Order: sequence, then C-alpha cells, then structure tokens
Amino acid sequence: MPLMIGVPREVFPGERRVATVPDVVEKLIKLGFSVAVESGAGDAANFSDDAYRAAGAQIIDSAASVWASSDIVFKVRGPTMEEVGLMREGGTLISFIWPAQNPELMQQLAAKKATVLAMDSVPRMSRAQKMDALSSMANIAGYRAVIEAAHHFGRFFTGQITAAGKVPPAKVFVIGAGVAGLAAIGAASGLGAIVRANDTRPEVADQVKSMGGEFVAVDYKEEGSGVGGYAKVMSEGFQKAQRETFAKQARDVDIIITTALIPGKPAPKLITAEMVQSMRPGSVIVDLASEQGGNCELTEPGQVVVRHGVTIIGYADLPSRLSKQSSTLYATNLLRLLEELCKNKDGTINVNMDDEVIRGATVIKEGNITWPPPPPKLSAAPATPAAAKPAVPAPAKGGHGGSGAPASGSRAAVLFGVAALLFWGIGAYAPAAFLGHFTVFVLACFVGYMVVWNVTPSLHTPLMSVTNAISSIIAIGALVQIAPPLTAGVERPEDWIRWLAVIGVGLTAINMFGGFAVTRRMLAMFRK
Amino acid sequence: MSESLTTIAYLGATILFILSLGGLSNPETARRGNMYGMIGMAIAVLATVFGPHVTSGGISWIIVAMVVGGSIGLYAARVVQMTQMPELVALMHSLVGLAATLVGYANYIDSAASANFSGAEMKIHEMEIYIGVLIGAVTFSGSLIAFGKLSARIGGKPLLLPGRHWLNLGALLVVIYFGVQFMRAETVNAGMMPLIVMTAIALLFGIHMVMAIGGADMPVVVSMLNSYSGWAAAATGFMLSNDLLIVTGALVGSSGAILSYIMCRAMNRNFISVIAGGFGSDSAKPKAAGGAAEPAGEVVPVSAAETAEMLREAKNVIIVPGYGMAVAQAQHTVYEISSLLREKGVNVRFAIHPVAGRMPGHMNVLLAEAKVPYDIVMEMDEINEDFPDADVAMVIGANDIVNPSAAEDPTSPIAGMPVLEVWKAKTSIVMKRSMASGYAGVDNPLFYKENNRMLFGDAKKMLDEVLVSLKAG
Repeated sequence: MPLMIGVPREVFPGERRVATVPDVVEKLIKLGFSVAVESGAGDAANFSDDAYRAAGAQIIDSAASVWASSDIVFKVRGPTMEEVGLMREGGTLISFIWPAQNPELMQQLAAKKATVLAMDSVPRMSRAQKMDALSSMANIAGYRAVIEAAHHFGRFFTGQITAAGKVPPAKVFVIGAGVAGLAAIGAASGLGAIVRANDTRPEVADQVKSMGGEFVAVDYKEEGSGVGGYAKVMSEGFQKAQRETFAKQARDVDIIITTALIPGKPAPKLITAEMVQSMRPGSVIVDLASEQGGNCELTEPGQVVVRHGVTIIGYADLPSRLSKQSSTLYATNLLRLLEELCKNKDGTINVNMDDEVIRGATVIKEGNITWPPPPPKLSAAPATPAAAKPAVPAPAKGGHGGSGAPASGSRAAVLFGVAALLFWGIGAYAPAAFLGHFTVFVLACFVGYMVVWNVTPSLHTPLMSVTNAISSIIAIGALVQIAPPLTAGVERPEDWIRWLAVIGVGLTAINMFGGFAVTRRMLAMFRK
Repeated sequence: MSESLTTIAYLGATILFILSLGGLSNPETARRGNMYGMIGMAIAVLATVFGPHVTSGGISWIIVAMVVGGSIGLYAARVVQMTQMPELVALMHSLVGLAATLVGYANYIDSAASANFSGAEMKIHEMEIYIGVLIGAVTFSGSLIAFGKLSARIGGKPLLLPGRHWLNLGALLVVIYFGVQFMRAETVNAGMMPLIVMTAIALLFGIHMVMAIGGADMPVVVSMLNSYSGWAAAATGFMLSNDLLIVTGALVGSSGAILSYIMCRAMNRNFISVIAGGFGSDSAKPKAAGGAAEPAGEVVPVSAAETAEMLREAKNVIIVPGYGMAVAQAQHTVYEISSLLREKGVNVRFAIHPVAGRMPGHMNVLLAEAKVPYDIVMEMDEINEDFPDADVAMVIGANDIVNPSAAEDPTSPIAGMPVLEVWKAKTSIVMKRSMASGYAGVDNPLFYKENNRMLFGDAKKMLDEVLVSLKAG
C-alpha cells in the first residue's frame, strides 16, 4: 500500500514557500508514493494547481482533508497548534521544527504519536549535504540580502567612470562566512562591490577568497570552530578585539551584512549603536540573524528601519521572498531525504535509526522524543586525537622485544607479578654498580615508549631507518676496545681484539652513515 | 678529554637522540629530528675517540675503519631505490647484530676489561657478554634472512619445520645449559667453547625464527629486528658499563618494540603469534573443511581506456596503493594521474593501510618520493568512512588489505583485521597481474563483487595507458 504524501498550504503570515513543486511531485510518484496538494498551496511561489495536477498530484480543497488523508506531511515551517490538531494519529511530518526553541510543539507532536523529521536537524555531513535544507535556504538568504541591500542603497555597487563623473565602488562587509555569508560575498562581488568578510573560524578564509572576498582577520589567537563545523561562543578578549575590528570596518564600508549565528544561542550582538552611528549616512545594514535577536543592536526583527541615517533591514523571511527558488530547492532537499527513507523505491518509508543522517534528523519517533541526537562522530575541522592507549607494556623483559602485547586484566596482573619478582630478584642479588645501569636502562625504555607512541604511520619507515642509524651507537663499544689505556702487567691478545673491534667499527660505520643519509633522503621527499 | 667531560658529552648525545626520535613523529619536524640524530652520533663518537678510553695508537685504525665503512654506507644510501628500503634496513640491522657479536667476543678475550671485577660482579659481567652475543647473533642471522625474503632471494612462504616450537624450546635450553658452563669456566679458553656453541645455536635460531614468518608479517619482523638491534646495543652497554650505549640501545629497542606492536594491532594479530610464525599456512584448513567461504561470481575485466573514462567522470577518487605499486615502480605514474585529475577538479586522495607494503610506512615513502603532497595521503582510520562517497576506488597492487572477508567472513584467516573498505565505493577498480591470492594466501571476494572491475596487467604499464587515455580525453 503506497503511502500518501500531503502538502498543505503554508499558513504562517507572509510565508510564500511551498514544500513541494511539480517537478519533484513526479519524482515522488516514481518512488512509489501518491501525492496530495492543497489547492492554492503553490500560488505564492508561482506554481499553479494545474501544474501540480499535470505532474500527477491530487488537488484537495481543504487543509483539514489534506492533513487527515496523508500518511506523510511535507511542510516548510513547523506546524501551528491548529495544524497539529488536524494531524493524523501516528502520522509522519517532515518540516523545519527547531526542537530547541519549540518544546511545546514537540510535546504536542509527541502526544499525537507522530514521527517527526526536522529538516533543521539533518546532521552536517558530506553524505547529508543533498538534504541540508538549512544550507539551501541560507544560500538564498545570502543572495537576497545583497539584493535587498542594493535596493535600499542609493548608489551603484560597481565602480564606474562615466561622463558625469567617477563613481567609487561600494564596500561591503560580511560578518560570518557560513553558507549565507559566502552566498552574500559571491552576489555582492558579482555586482562589482569590494567585499570583505570576517569569521571566527580561521579555516574559512580560503572559502572567502574563492568567492571573491577579502578575509579580514581579527588579530587575536583563538580557534572558533565548534562541533559539526559551526561556530562557538568566543572568549572576552577575543570579543573585544573583534569589536575593534568591526568598528574600524563600520567607519569604512557602505554595507554590512551580518550572518553570525551560534546554534541554540541568541545571535551575538556584533554591531553596536555607536558603530551604526559611525557609518556614513545612506549606508545599509542587512541583519540575517534578526529572527534570533539580530547581530545589530538596532535591528527590529521583520522590519526595515532607518537609524542615524542608516537603513537597517531586519527581514526574517528572505528565503520566502525568493519563493520560487527556495521552494524548488527545499522540495529537492525533501525528496533526497525521502529517498534515504525509502531505499526500496516501493512507496513506504523506513525510519532507520542506525543511519546516522536519519537518526540526526528524527526528532520524534512514534511519539518518543529522540532529540537531541548523540553528538556527531566526525567534524570537518579538528583532528581526532590518537586512539585510546593500551596498558603500559612491561619493558623490563630483558633482551627480547616482547613488550607491548595487549594485556587483559588477569594477564596484566600476571605480568605485573612476574615483573615484580624479577625486580625483587635483581634488587636482592645484583651489585650496586649494576643497579645504576639497570635504572638507566628501564627509564630509557619508558622514554623510548613515550617518544615513539605518537609517531604518525606515514613516518614509520623513516623512524625505523633513523633508529637503525642510532643503534650504530654500538660503535662506541668497538671504539673503546681498539686501543684502551692499559695498566701495566695485564696481558691481552692485542691483535685479536683490535681486528674484531676494527671490523666492528667498520660495520657500524656503514650503518651509521648509510642510515642517516638514507633517512635524510627519504625525509627530503616528504612535502606538503 | 677527561672522564667527566666524556660523560657530559654522552649525556648531550642521549638528549639529542631522544629529540631525534621525538622529531620523527611529525613530517614538519622530521628533518630536524634526523639532524639531531646525526649531531648526537657525531658527539658520541668524537667524545669516545678523544676520551680516556682510546689512546692515540688506535686513532689511525679508527679512521680507516670509519672511512671505509662510511663510504660504503653513503654509497648504499645514494643508490638504493625507495622500493628497496625494507631490504636495506634489514641488511643494516644485520650489521648492528654482527658488530654486537664481535664486540662481545672482543670484550670476552680482553682480560683487561674484566680485571677489576670479582665475585658477583664478574658473574654479571660474563652474563652480560653471553646475552649480548646471543642477541647480536640472533639479530644478525634473522636480519640476513629477512633481507633475503624482502629482496625475494628467498621465497616468502613460511618454512615450517615439524615441531618447530619444541625445536626453539630445545635451543633455548641448550643455550641456558651452555650459559651455565660459560659462567663456570675459569679461564677464557675454557669459556670459549660454550660461547661459540651458543653463537652457532643463536645464529640457527635467528634463521629459523624469520624463516617461519610469512611474507605478510614482514613489516612486523623488520621492526622487531630493529628492536633487537637496540637490545643488542643495550646489552653491549651493560657489558662495557657504558650508560650511553644502555640508554640509546633501550631507546631503539623499546621504540622498535612499540612499532611492532602498532603493526600487529593494525593487522589485528597477536604479537606472540606473529613471532611464533606460520601465518598464511593455516588458511588452507578452513577452506578445505567448509568450502562455504569460497567466493563465487563473475570477474568483470576492464581496459585501461575504460578505467580512464571512469576516472574522468568521477568527482571523488580514492587510490589504494599496495606492494604491487612498489614492485612495478608505478608511483610516479600514479602521481601524474592524480595531479592530472586534481587539475580537473577531482578530489583525489590516497588511502594507506598501516601494513601496506613490506615495511611500516613503506607506501608513504614511495608516494613522497613521487612528490605526492602528504596532506592528501590519508591513514586508514581517517578515510575508511569516506569510501561510500567515493565514485571510484582504485586499488593498485594490493590484495589482503582490501579483502572484504576480513570483515564479513569470521572463518577467514584474516578475519578481524581492519581493511580498507573499497567495496563500499560506487565502483572499485583493482589493478592486478593475475587472480592469484595475496601474501596471506586468502582468496579475495572483492574481485567478484558486482561493483568491482579488474584491470589485469603490470601496474606500471596499465597506469601508463590510463594516463595516456586520460590526457587524450
């Protein structure tokens, strides 16, 4: 029995997007689903009922019957309380949810025994990029932010020399080089503006450059990369240095676009009232973080205001203002997620909680709240520290290199006992001179263990060849025997010893010179 | 130079050696590490030569020996092919072993060396000589055999004498017996016989030990012998009451042992069982008994041109080099292919299995020689999760390290060994001379997988053809 996907009209005031588009409807039907769209759902995004009908969707007049007849509901914005009321018991909902900000909604959905996949909770992994609706929306928002700024800005973006005089290019400063920031950088430099950008994560500098922007670093050492490639809250000292950098930019630029968001936290206030005051009249600030409180102190969420001669745009619905584009991208993101859920293409879904992507996106499974998911396993930036170290090997095994075998509990105990006995025996019988050497020996074993443990595997061969070269220290043993100062009266087979020692020196010299030279040769080849 | 000045110089050398090993842990600091090692060695040798234990009569002898040995060493280091690194290192280990043996003998017949000892000290001194010679001899003959195996002068198959564990045990008992005889001997001449017999047994033991180890475990053996050469130096240090030798020997010994352990862990094998030897011989048994694990299906061969086609259309390529690449000297062609693809915007990365090749880190050295930047050369743990995203995984002359039966078939002799999961890529291409099984002697079900293609032929020749078609396209 193929499942029915329902797409109701968005009810949030001013929302123009729709959760599916005719092209995607066709593909959903190919996956084996049937699709029902509420009449007029796509109107604001320029998709007519006829277009949906032509793609194979069923058009249903009332929202209530769409909700009631669908097994899976696609939405853009999270459902309102009324919509949750319409929802079928045990149904599936896929939309933006923002579970951290909407605990009540979560409770209500859970009470409906619903399964809910939140598009905002899709983990940020390369495999999940095709379903990352946040990125596709952010991309649109960044682009639209530049367009809005251009609309309110009284000048060209590009510099021109005309018969009527010289026009300087507009200077744009983008704060936060995430997806939205990068899109804004690209759009603004495409229009001809001089673009600068700042981000707390130093690794994005190259991305900024690749989009045509100039990276403005804050002169303060602190790594700003949090888990999952997002930014984190920065220290006091950093924030101070950052404010100075921003104040300097504010005096210089015409347009500031702020996109700084920290997951689950109110947006950081980066542009103060004084900075706004210091900007030239006619400048524009676009605050993409307005919904989370805004990066600028003077932002009025959802409004365009003029303060100190500076236009501050606080629209929270930038993607919705490009509704056709955003609907198309969002619908494709949903399609990709559904493909993951429906691997057999038979019109049924399997919410496989072992799949890391699906696990992350699923915030409610059959009425049980499963949010937040376990932390992501791998982040793009920080290197994972070396794997857990096993028990310390017992290096005091005398001549044989058997140390370092994996030791289970009981074996470790036995090993420990043997080592203790050995040490006791040595302590009881060995003369003092020997003990001194023995101490040095055991300590050196540990030093060797500590030093070598962290070697990267790529350097194992050079390491071996250098240790090999170092082991030609045995030459010392041969050297001291060639011609030692002799106390009178001691007889020794002079020639025998000398020849043995000379051959020993010769052999180790091969090793010594050859070993270091070949290591050098190898290391010279390692390059970035 | 006075005694204390020499001691201080030795201390400096020791610190430099520790810094040297520490520096080798990171490509950025590795060159400096090597330099520290050289300086340390120079200080140690000079301090000894000009120290109180060498009189002027010996200087000329030393210079001759150093010059002759040093030139041979430098020449060997210059001409050696990077693919022959494991052989060279094994051969050099044998030199250290031989030197340790010679020094042991020289020390024993030197009545001046033991003149100050009496009682327990004398006994300990003799024991030190005995152990030093023992380890030196085992290292010497074992390394020679390892050299032979690595350079294919001796077959890679493990030689398994009947009751080999009993043989080894017997040898050990005989060695202990003669050890007691040796310690009881009143004069040098009386002690010589047990010492020589023990040396002969130790040499045989070294041969037997390495002969019994299969080719797939060779990386472990090389690093284990490395460790032995360190212990030999340490034993010599005890014998001569020289702390520098003890410390340096212990450093080398323990670092080699740890390297062996890391290798073993990478292969999911027990250190003891590697040393006990015989890996690869057991594989026949489960096959004969069950036969269920016999892979079935069709092998799909492709041509070099088709391979180039697949590479050109890929966005994400992971190259898995193995010993076959080293044998065919194909690393330069691999580099050219990878840089050509990278220019076209393909994300090319290399996946290195910890035991790929015949020596730890072998593949990294070869790729570095071919100028592959080391930041696209990934370790197994870094890249294994990315195979599902790869369009093409190209396996060049590797077999056991990409064998899915390690993960899927619990009866396989390599079960549980972590492998590179190339079969999870959209397409995998295996470059191989024939369908023969790898060093471990295990059949590889990867070849029969639906998304796998086989490119038969010599790796170098095939890759050259791939490169030509890539450039043409």
